[in-house]
Amino acid sequence: MIIDLLIPVILMLLVAISCGSLLGYAVKAFKTDENPLEDQINDLLPQTQCGQCGHPGCRPYAKAIAEGGPINRCPPGGEATISALAALLNVAFEPLDAEHGVEDIRRVAYIHEEECIGCTKCIQACPVDAILGAAKFMHTVIVQECTGCDLCIEPCPVDCIDMIPAKDELQRWNWQLPESLIITSDRRQQICQ
Amino acid sequence: MNQLIFPLKRGIHLPERKSISLQSPIIESKLPPQLFLPITQPHYEKAKVLVSVGDYVRQGQLLVKGNGLSGINIHSPSDGIISAIGPHPIANASQLPEITLTIDTLPSDKATFCQLDESLETLKSEHCFSPMDWRRATPAELIVRASECGLVGLGGAGFPTARKLQAALQDVHTLIINAAECEPYITADHALLLEHAEQVIRGIEILLEILPQAECLIGIEENKNEAIEVLHRALLNAENSRIALRIIPTLYPSGAEKQLIYILTGQEVRSGKLTIESGYLCHNVGTAFALQQAVESGKALTHRIVTVTGDAVSKPNNYRVAFGTPVEFLLNQAGVNLTKLSTLIHGGPLMGLEVTSHMVPVTSISNCFIAGTIEEFPPNPPARPCIRCSYCADVCPAGLLPQQLYWFSRSQEQDKARAHHLFDCIECGACAYVCPSHIPLVHYYRAAKADIRVADEKQQMANHSKERFEFHQQRLALEKQQEESRRAERARLASEHKKTSSDTRNDAQALIAAALARVKEKKEITNKQKNKDKD
Amino acid sequence: MLSSPHQHQGHSTTQLMQQVLLATVPGIVVLWYFFGWGILINLLWISSLGLLLEGLTQILRGRSMIDALSDYSALVTAVLLAVSIPSTAPWWLGLIGISAAILLGKQVYGGLGYNPFNPAMVGYVVLLISFPVQMTRWLSPLVPSPSFNDSILMFADIEPIVGYDAYTGATILDAYREHQGGQLFTEFLSQSPLHGTWASYGWEWVNLAFLLGGLYLFYKKIITWHISLPLLASLSFLALIFHDGGSSASLGSPLLHLFSGATMLGAFFIATDPVSASTTTRGKVIYGLLIGVLIFCIRVWGNYPDAVAFSVLLGNFCSPLIDNLTKSKVFGERNV
Repeated sequence: MIIDLLIPVILMLLVAISCGSLLGYAVKAFKTDENPLEDQINDLLPQTQCGQCGHPGCRPYAKAIAEGGPINRCPPGGEATISALAALLNVAFEPLDAEHGVEDIRRVAYIHEEECIGCTKCIQACPVDAILGAAKFMHTVIVQECTGCDLCIEPCPVDCIDMIPAKDELQRWNWQLPESLIITSDRRQQICQ
Repeated sequence: MNQLIFPLKRGIHLPERKSISLQSPIIESKLPPQLFLPITQPHYEKAKVLVSVGDYVRQGQLLVKGNGLSGINIHSPSDGIISAIGPHPIANASQLPEITLTIDTLPSDKATFCQLDESLETLKSEHCFSPMDWRRATPAELIVRASECGLVGLGGAGFPTARKLQAALQDVHTLIINAAECEPYITADHALLLEHAEQVIRGIEILLEILPQAECLIGIEENKNEAIEVLHRALLNAENSRIALRIIPTLYPSGAEKQLIYILTGQEVRSGKLTIESGYLCHNVGTAFALQQAVESGKALTHRIVTVTGDAVSKPNNYRVAFGTPVEFLLNQAGVNLTKLSTLIHGGPLMGLEVTSHMVPVTSISNCFIAGTIEEFPPNPPARPCIRCSYCADVCPAGLLPQQLYWFSRSQEQDKARAHHLFDCIECGACAYVCPSHIPLVHYYRAAKADIRVADEKQQMANHSKERFEFHQQRLALEKQQEESRRAERARLASEHKKTSSDTRNDAQALIAAALARVKEKKEITNKQKNKDKD
Repeated sequence: MLSSPHQHQGHSTTQLMQQVLLATVPGIVVLWYFFGWGILINLLWISSLGLLLEGLTQILRGRSMIDALSDYSALVTAVLLAVSIPSTAPWWLGLIGISAAILLGKQVYGGLGYNPFNPAMVGYVVLLISFPVQMTRWLSPLVPSPSFNDSILMFADIEPIVGYDAYTGATILDAYREHQGGQLFTEFLSQSPLHGTWASYGWEWVNLAFLLGGLYLFYKKIITWHISLPLLASLSFLALIFHDGGSSASLGSPLLHLFSGATMLGAFFIATDPVSASTTTRGKVIYGLLIGVLIFCIRVWGNYPDAVAFSVLLGNFCSPLIDNLTKSKVFGERNV
């Protein structure tokens, strides 16, 4: 009689112990050092390293988001980044926080070379080493590498750096969704208005 | 004869309207007062413009030197003076102007020309290529010739022929010659075959000379009876066992590259792969003709056959036109009625492009200009909601689900659009043609494709920036560390130095002290002596 | 700047809907012949209500009323609902039905093209669940149909002197469900006046007329065989299995099932509604088969007089999943 009662109890205990030890092992064996969520978020950010979000670079901002910070503070990423973040974190989409800047076309830094005095201050400021030059030699921006963070503007003692729109060439032209033709969606009509 | 055809499972039957431009033989177009040659290149930054404003140029003179095999050499179609180099409208979807060479053509009266500059006459020989004996030439020589003569695909893509041939040298086993010409109205290839079938076949033989291990299949739609006949005769004369003519059913879009390969061989080129990677090389009949002209006559590619048609012209026909001829000039030759003209289309009605400027020039990809009346091309009524009738899926030659792609494109769900093979869409327009709701489906796909490409580019840029930023951080950290260690090193050296220097200082002080002591001693002695003396 | 293509074959959604309306005409005529003026009165009433509601919602949503009304989709929904409810229906039944169809079945989702369920069937099911008595008051086709005046009275919800209630009653499908396991099939058949020449009396002609309309749509290439044929095939296949040689346990012959109730209307006009149906080629076949099976199951083992509405709605539930699972391989993925 007692045995009949004991058998299920023992069985349950065994199952519990084996599952528990399996979980315990898994925690140790598959332990991740870094926070993968932070990495995932960082991969979605545009990596301009501009600091407009109030954090010193994209990774710190990713860390802040991973810890529950607002997702709408990245002007270079714009709505696309916010919606990608919203999808990843399964939270509601929020419009870009205008306090941190507005979405703009891509711009790149341009050094007016005749004004440059070769102080290397902008070179030190550039987060992606996109400025070429040496002390007392003229500097120039490697356009392909420039993220448009405008961190080089401020350190320049002679104000010879401007942010100019990245060249909108023939090859960069793209088809846009046919807005005016849609009579079917309320949402789009509102946008048009 | 007509064995081994794998008809397309999906496609559309269209009103052909081809006979209207096939009434008479190809007409040689007059030379316009000005030619506009856009310097279209795969890589603009690597191309060199060899002339400047005010230069005299001769017919056949090289104006723009492309970069190697993947560049496009542009030659002057006529004698003339370069009057401008600058932006000019061309037939493109963006309607953005492109850098264009403007040539004021000179009267064909040679005497006038010679008076202008006698020395140019001597230059003339430089601007002609000598005819080649292609049966003795190596593939490399033939490819170089194609590149020198500025050959590009005349079927619509305008890809440099030499580049394509170079890539095909590796492992192409089948050469496909596209004579399908499946879009309505267009008869440029048809007319070319009627008059130059022999040359086209020789062009194909040259292609086969470059690709010694390849077999050739010519695909032509069955509605081109006369062209099929002349091709047959030309093939009999050529007696080349490696060329076979295949007559395929008339169904749009049989002339699309991958679709034509399927019809002729039953093989589907893998999604996302190039045809060349799968062992097929496709060329248009026009390109074969241009190659024959380049090799056997040494003529650079400066002219092409253009169908000028539509109900708004009174003399629809095929014209042999110099590149750069503005469409307005061409339309006037064809007797355009400007009051009836409502839609001017560059290309065919299904895949062509509406042209808004009448100064758009003829380029290598201009196979047809349709001057349509309002009855021919009535404006689309406003789009209604998609009712998912799936007529579009029934006609999609790529086997896609256009209605699903439409939803995803509209809601900008790029991942889903990609998963539904948006990039296998060939933009043939069959779906939009049958859509009862008149939704401009192709427009949506183009926009979605562009969005995805831009997003991909951005992502690549971001990844790249991230790498550089991380490298930058690493470098800074390393520099700091190096600086730190250097400072430590300096500090160590300094402290050692200090130690030694303090020792020496002690010595010096001792010496000074000793000296002082000695002085003192001396003083005392002398003092004592003085005192003694006083005493 | 407009993208290519610059040509169009010329057919429009409006024309499609007009053809569908045209194809319902034979069915409506036969319904009128057997069930009287009530059908036409309801048709007129529900159609005008349908257009009115559709127009009102467009105004509320700040859109062009003409655009929405001119696609005829509201009219199609109204007609399909009108031919599904009994000829004895009072005015308020139609009002509630079409309101549910247009508002709940269609406009709350965003209008034409966005509704996951067939709007007419949403309206029908709302009525059937809420007013089972009124919704099953089909007059027996055996009795002479009511006069025009009596039809008006019934529509106004006033009981006419004749008292047609006596003549309403079970359809042959109800009879089969209730009879199960009783008399021998042949006996039952000979006794039941409800049995017509080859299926249910009166309804066999209604179904034939809708079949005719369906074939017209097929001929006009407005619908394809991919939904209707599998639907009819699976229904008759199951009926054949359970026909049991006409024994006492028979659940009805395939002919009976094909030509009773709303089978043909469902197969050619309701299941084929493209908005709520499956859209892939293989998906359509599976969708059709599924609805056929559901119709048979609900008819013979369920509690409702007819099963087309429920089966179509259940099919609508499944169609997004079916679509997703039956994506065909695209060009370039098949045989290389």
